[in-house]
Amino acid sequence: MSNEVANPTRRRVLVGASLVVGAVGGVTALTPFVASWNPSAKARAAGAAVKADISKLEPGQQMIVAWRGKPVWIVRRSAEALANLDTLNGSLADPDSFDAKQPTYVPNTPVRSLRDEVIVMIGLCTHLGCSPTYNPEVVPTAFDANWQGGFYCPCHGSTFDLSGRVYKGKPAPTNLEIPPHFYESDTVILIGEDGGNA
Amino acid sequence: MKKLLLLSLMMMVPMFAQAAGGPSVALDSIEVDASDHSSLQRGMKTYVNYCLGCHTAQYQRYSRAAEDLHMPEDLVVENLIFSGQKIGEQMTSAMDPKVSAKWFGAAPPDLTNEVNLRGADWIYTYLRTFYVDDSRPYGVNNVVFPSVGMPNVLAELQGIQSKSCGEVSEYDTHGNPAVDGVTGKAITHQSCDILTVEEGSGSMTPAQFDATIYDLTNFMAYMSKPYKTDSHRIGLWAILFCLMMTVLFYFLKKEFWRDIH
Amino acid sequence: MGVGNPNRAKAESGIVRWIDDRFPLTQMWQDHMSKYYAAKNFNVWYVFGVLSLLVLVNQILTGVWLTMSYEPTAEGAFASVEYIMRDVEMGWIIRYMHSSGASAFFVVVYLHMFRGLMYGSYQKPRELIWLFGMAIYLALMAEGFFGYLLPWGQMSYWGAQVILSLAGAIPVVGEDLVQWIRGDYLISGITLNRFFSLHVIALPMVILGLVVLHILALHDVGSNNPDGIEIDQNKDENGVPVDGAAFWPYHVIKDLVAVGVFLTVFCLVIFFFPEGGGYFIEKPNYEPANSLKTPEHIAPVWYFTPYYSMLRAITQPLFGLDAKFLGVIVMGGAIAILFVMPWLDRSPVKSMRYKGWMSRVWLAIFVVSFVILGYLGTLATTEGRTTVAQVCTLLYFLYFILMPFYTRMETTKPVPERVV
Repeated sequence: MSNEVANPTRRRVLVGASLVVGAVGGVTALTPFVASWNPSAKARAAGAAVKADISKLEPGQQMIVAWRGKPVWIVRRSAEALANLDTLNGSLADPDSFDAKQPTYVPNTPVRSLRDEVIVMIGLCTHLGCSPTYNPEVVPTAFDANWQGGFYCPCHGSTFDLSGRVYKGKPAPTNLEIPPHFYESDTVILIGEDGGNA
Repeated sequence: MKKLLLLSLMMMVPMFAQAAGGPSVALDSIEVDASDHSSLQRGMKTYVNYCLGCHTAQYQRYSRAAEDLHMPEDLVVENLIFSGQKIGEQMTSAMDPKVSAKWFGAAPPDLTNEVNLRGADWIYTYLRTFYVDDSRPYGVNNVVFPSVGMPNVLAELQGIQSKSCGEVSEYDTHGNPAVDGVTGKAITHQSCDILTVEEGSGSMTPAQFDATIYDLTNFMAYMSKPYKTDSHRIGLWAILFCLMMTVLFYFLKKEFWRDIH
Repeated sequence: MGVGNPNRAKAESGIVRWIDDRFPLTQMWQDHMSKYYAAKNFNVWYVFGVLSLLVLVNQILTGVWLTMSYEPTAEGAFASVEYIMRDVEMGWIIRYMHSSGASAFFVVVYLHMFRGLMYGSYQKPRELIWLFGMAIYLALMAEGFFGYLLPWGQMSYWGAQVILSLAGAIPVVGEDLVQWIRGDYLISGITLNRFFSLHVIALPMVILGLVVLHILALHDVGSNNPDGIEIDQNKDENGVPVDGAAFWPYHVIKDLVAVGVFLTVFCLVIFFFPEGGGYFIEKPNYEPANSLKTPEHIAPVWYFTPYYSMLRAITQPLFGLDAKFLGVIVMGGAIAILFVMPWLDRSPVKSMRYKGWMSRVWLAIFVVSFVILGYLGTLATTEGRTTVAQVCTLLYFLYFILMPFYTRMETTKPVPERVV
């Protein structure tokens, strides 16, 4: 066996090329294994967008639909409630929803909705995931003597206004999440897709 | 109308289904074409209109057919889903298999894999070789699947087909009619397998019917292996890559084995 | 520092040295790779060991992934396979890699065993390697048998039914044994569940363990070669066999070419012919298992067909034992006799290259008989086919039974000093 390599460059090139080609092949061969972990067609079908018919939703009423295992709240706010939203900014942690998880087409205004009265939110507290209770009446409550209407989370006491914006000094870090959604018609909201808005 | 008549005859005696189909029956052959999306679309339309009532395609999702056959989802929902199902759901039917087993002797099988099981040629020939047979519960028999329990749901398209005896022409190896060398007469033989369709008894001509069944079989072939197109595309690149890699490894081997004497 | 052999090879410094002080990493690397010498005249018959390893890795990797989506119940199994093929992203690739890999495993293992027969790789001092290898073969056949039930198709069900009924042929205990294996009065979801456990956990561990033993035994005595010469008898001044080449890098790199060719063919099968013409995935398996409906034609998977042929070839009862049980004995005997190869071959030379013409003729007869038996096993029986199967079964056994005689009688050719 010879100890000298006749053409070291040729050997280096071949080794290098083989390593690269082998690595490319190896990584590409992993594709089906990685891809198979993505949600399957069955999961995508179960997680498909959900229709919500708001034709019978009264002012002050809350509707709940399930989407991807999560409760989605659709709330029609009264005119007074809407007007009240602007006055709350001083007590809120993020009144303009800059840190909130919401689609780009949902405005950073106090109403936080595509159409003023009706808001669509995911009904899970952004602290640790409990589902807050709906308290729309402007009456003093055990958790807030100056309650202005909104949501109260019984687990650790976070409170949110009727646009899902979290109050200052509460455990929940951000406003309630808003899922992708759009108006299929004036009375039907499709939750889970951006529609033409994206 | 005829369908209704047939369905109203309730079979009370369950029949034991045996693996069926005579392997010795000559089959007409077709070439399926997964790239012919219009054919597949027409085939799917025929399937949901004529087959899905009894035969589920429970492993095929509407949404996948929409994507693979290049149909917009809302059109599929409007025109191809009669059950109120959502686009992502599988092609099931409302028929209770226990009930249909009583009606037909055996529950109509799911057909998602039927082309895998029997082959496209078999399906194509089977659907076109029903003929009148009064001894059968639904008044029809089938050349490819003798004593089949299925009624001829396509009769309104094909018309009424009967089997009779008569003289059948023979053909030489070039496909020309065989002719006796001495008399010049055409060579024929007796056969009792002659199928004839009563002219005008169906809404389609034989050529139109054959085309419809081709599309339907084509769609069923797609359903049996919806990933086939992807498979051929990926496979070509995979094989080319492996070949190139082998050649490279060969030169690597030659280089290193120069050391060995 | 460190326990174990203080004289073992260690790296100079760095992380590897830290490991070497606690684990014989560099020593193992040398023993099994960089200073393991194998003959430089390895031909194509020597690639099948490494290819077997590659296929084993493939089966384990794809098998683990399939288990993520497969449901081992009678109600859900068939549908879960359809789920993998249609709903799981690229699931069809993983499934076809596994089903084609199973057939590829047997192709590769049969060729690997043939190399052993051809070059006398079972002869002293390699008898134990051969025994471990035969144990792997047995375990592999069991693994294939258990795995084939899992898709719960018509062929899965009825193939298992037929093979299990062979155990029923054993006198006295047969029927109870079959019921014990099934765990039920018929093949049911209970059987499926336990076959699933054996296929996914028990046998893979057994196979992996046996493969490790097989390779350790090999490396202890050194590989054979096409000339059957012991290269360790002829070392240079450095203690390196003059006819040897270090496994790393030379044999590893040479094997890469074989791997490339194998992968090319493997891709051709997976992406264009995954059903293998109906031999890798059999048509009746596209129908869910139905205990009340027997398929027209039941055949075991192609890699079992030679033995199935032998089983069916025994049609007469003998010595008070019925034909079916005799068939089982013959079938078992055909595999058992392979175990004792090292003691049947009395030739003074190892490799077929230097054996006499009788050994070559008998090896050829053996191969032809095995292939014919395999082919016949895929077909239904006829009188003519049964006769051919009987002749081939006899010839198969004669290859072994007469071996002590023709290997001792024949004139061998002189074996060279150095490899050719």
